[in-house]
Amino acid sequence: MDRHVDLAIIGAGPAGLAAAVSARKAGIDNIVIYERDEKLGGILNQCIHNGFGLHTFKEELTGPEYAGRFINKVRELGIRCETSSMVVSISPEREITIVSKRYGMRVVKAEAIVLAMGCRERPRGALNIPGMRPQGIYTAGAAQKLVNCEGYVPGKEVVILGSGDIGLIMARRMTLEGAHVKLVAELMPYSGGLKRNIVQCLDDFGIPLKLSHTVVDIKGKRQLEGVTIAEVGPGGKVIPGTEEFYECDTLLLSCGLIPENELSLTAGVGINRVTNGPFVDDRLETDVPGIFACGNVLHVHDLVDYVSEEADRAGRHAAEFILRHGKKANPENIVNVIPCDGVRYTVPVTIDTGNIEEDIHIRFRVGSVIRKVTIRLMCGDRELASKRRTIVVPSEMEDVILRKSVLEDVDGDIRVVLEGGEA
Amino acid sequence: MNNRNYDVVIIGAGVVGCSIARELSRYELSVLVVDKESDVCEGTSKANSAIIHAGFDAEPGSLKALLNVRGNQMMDQVAEDLDVPFKRIGAMVLGFSEEDIPVLEGLMERGVRNGVPDIRLLTREEALELEPGLADGVYAAIHVPSSGIVCPFELTLAYAENAYHNGAEFSLSTEVTGISTESDQYKFRIETTNGVFRAKCVVNCAGVYTDKIHNMVCEPSFSIVARKGEYMLMDKSAGKTVTHTIFQIPTRMGKGVLVTPTVHGNLLVGPTAYDIEDKENIGTTSDGIGTVRAKSALSIKDIPYNKVITSFSGLRSTGNTGDFIIQEDDKVGGFIDVAGIESPGLSSAPAIGPYVGDIVCRILEPSENPYFDPTRLGIPRVAEMPVSERRRLVGQRPDYGQIVCRCEEISEGEILDAIRRPLGATTLDGVKRRVRAGMGRCQGGFCQPKVMDMLAHELGISYAEVKKNG
Repeated sequence: MDRHVDLAIIGAGPAGLAAAVSARKAGIDNIVIYERDEKLGGILNQCIHNGFGLHTFKEELTGPEYAGRFINKVRELGIRCETSSMVVSISPEREITIVSKRYGMRVVKAEAIVLAMGCRERPRGALNIPGMRPQGIYTAGAAQKLVNCEGYVPGKEVVILGSGDIGLIMARRMTLEGAHVKLVAELMPYSGGLKRNIVQCLDDFGIPLKLSHTVVDIKGKRQLEGVTIAEVGPGGKVIPGTEEFYECDTLLLSCGLIPENELSLTAGVGINRVTNGPFVDDRLETDVPGIFACGNVLHVHDLVDYVSEEADRAGRHAAEFILRHGKKANPENIVNVIPCDGVRYTVPVTIDTGNIEEDIHIRFRVGSVIRKVTIRLMCGDRELASKRRTIVVPSEMEDVILRKSVLEDVDGDIRVVLEGGEA
Repeated sequence: MNNRNYDVVIIGAGVVGCSIARELSRYELSVLVVDKESDVCEGTSKANSAIIHAGFDAEPGSLKALLNVRGNQMMDQVAEDLDVPFKRIGAMVLGFSEEDIPVLEGLMERGVRNGVPDIRLLTREEALELEPGLADGVYAAIHVPSSGIVCPFELTLAYAENAYHNGAEFSLSTEVTGISTESDQYKFRIETTNGVFRAKCVVNCAGVYTDKIHNMVCEPSFSIVARKGEYMLMDKSAGKTVTHTIFQIPTRMGKGVLVTPTVHGNLLVGPTAYDIEDKENIGTTSDGIGTVRAKSALSIKDIPYNKVITSFSGLRSTGNTGDFIIQEDDKVGGFIDVAGIESPGLSSAPAIGPYVGDIVCRILEPSENPYFDPTRLGIPRVAEMPVSERRRLVGQRPDYGQIVCRCEEISEGEILDAIRRPLGATTLDGVKRRVRAGMGRCQGGFCQPKVMDMLAHELGISYAEVKKNG
């Protein structure tokens, strides 16, 4: 063992930074943040558009500005950050193996760990789009990095597949850089991104969004020459005769984000197949004691403000774990949170009712667009919390708060139910 | 390099061309390898099943049988000399009904005649012991322990690098546009997009274009069709789905859809087999991918198709004779065809080198190269090293500790090596084939900008000039 730390935080994006700040405030001195990039801030560094921080700071910031607020706090608090340092494995005993240019290869033992590695974009290969494999196909995030960080605009005639937020943001960004964005095609009958991004990034620039459309062929051996777009019917089947060829030199893909948990698996952390993130309890602790998770590595968030808020809690609970020397919950007090029809998953999946210190956020996403719906949290016949929504959509994360006062006498599993509602 | 004279010009820098170049570098011969692409291993060698077949299904007495079995036997030594990942994991051929038993027995008998060791027939129960994921319809199987898996990129590169190290020259981005003969010691005049070369011997290993090259200077004597094969590659987390290469009973069109781990720990399923017109068309199709899914499901249950990270297709160079065509032309002495090298071409490549070497030696009677060094050391595979060794290496060269490709854990040092080596990478795909940066589950989403930056910086070119391939 080369070293011992109280709290190791893996990733210095918004989740890792916020977790570090809250853990320090909760009394943990010996914290190290490991970041594989050269800089702190994570993906926010390439998100130079505004719209971040409306909840957290009540003002509109760019990505780097938002990250900067947390980076400054981390610096003020004197939290140690090791950049250009990649964690390559974690043992269930919380021994972390790290490689870096500066320090070589080390093994560090941590009392607690916060996983904050974020997510990756689904690549073309995982979408099974047929056709050639020429130059000119990028995930939206890779293109965003090239344009915003490297000053290189990868093409002039652009088609975007997938209406995830990064794709929408890049539609606007490429347009502002002088490229011609011909359309955004979305496989699903609804958008994968936030409403405000559809308005501000597509509508304002006259970029068409074609729902229920996808790429069915890619042309060009060395350089992309164009794509064939077709309409898909129910069940995802291409409707013959709807194929249309679009000449383009660039295809951007914004077809979903996948929490990046290969490292979590090395520690034996259990992964939810719906979210691709760890199973966590109400303290955001995974099923491996002392290993916590927050941010997009846990489940993909729609707004960074929610990441920061969640990470703040993960940091505090990790601190508690260290200060209490990992005292375990009484299994009799554990209740499950169960997603019912139309609710795809919940974070957390369990609650320790014997140790409720604060209100608990139940976060989830729905599987389809539903209007005029009531979200109810039920324990048996008893309603613990409810929330009326005029519309719920798969692209937005839902959040229902379970009050501490209500939780104290809960003695069975909690179901998350959607009631009423129109498709 | 323009207008230079060589003893031998090899057309095509695939695994066959590079194996021949390496073999010829054992002799005092001036050798030039030309290829129309900007890198070695840009054709069929880069998109295939990556199998070193045992050699049980080729017609006994054919060149395919002879060279496959011989190539398979040579692989251990080749892998050791050239530092190429190779694992002899064994293969199974599945039968699905009682009627398939005689077919399996026929394959065994062919295998015995071809010299394939230790083949045995397995009942369903015995087969399940070796491979618990077999599908319910599997009735029986044969087990062929000598079958193996290899990295086809590294094998091709290793041959090329070792040939280069021993004096062979390479001229890439050089497309042959015409060949004529003259009454000169250097009888072949080879016109290319990169000037004219003259040679005493020409070795034609231009893959799907061998017929076109042959016909530039010889009477037409064979034809080649491109037979497409489509594949799906799955994440390493699916790599343990099977531990052997799983075949179905072969058909007239090829060895059928296989399911295999790759030497790097991914899972590979494919290929389809159908003839196409356009020899540049390496696109995948939804029908093809659908076929691969449907057929692979007959062999193995619960293949995790949701873990596909990429699909690709390659073109078999299928000749009209049914066998490899490796011979000096009847009328044009010194012109040697190495054509119709479809499966088991990769497996046979180690043996094709010496086989063609013998033909060239008979013509040119060269003396041996006293400085020939058969060994080549690959780029260190840092992530695969034991911790202590990795620690020591990173201590010596810190850039081996800077991870650029997170999915495959590939360091800056390895990528720099890939670019700086002789015959180094000049494209993103070139880097990917040499050190696997961008080969993993994010398919370069994260590391591509960084690798572009490194290529631009090392090669002194702009971002716009950094290409994916070609």
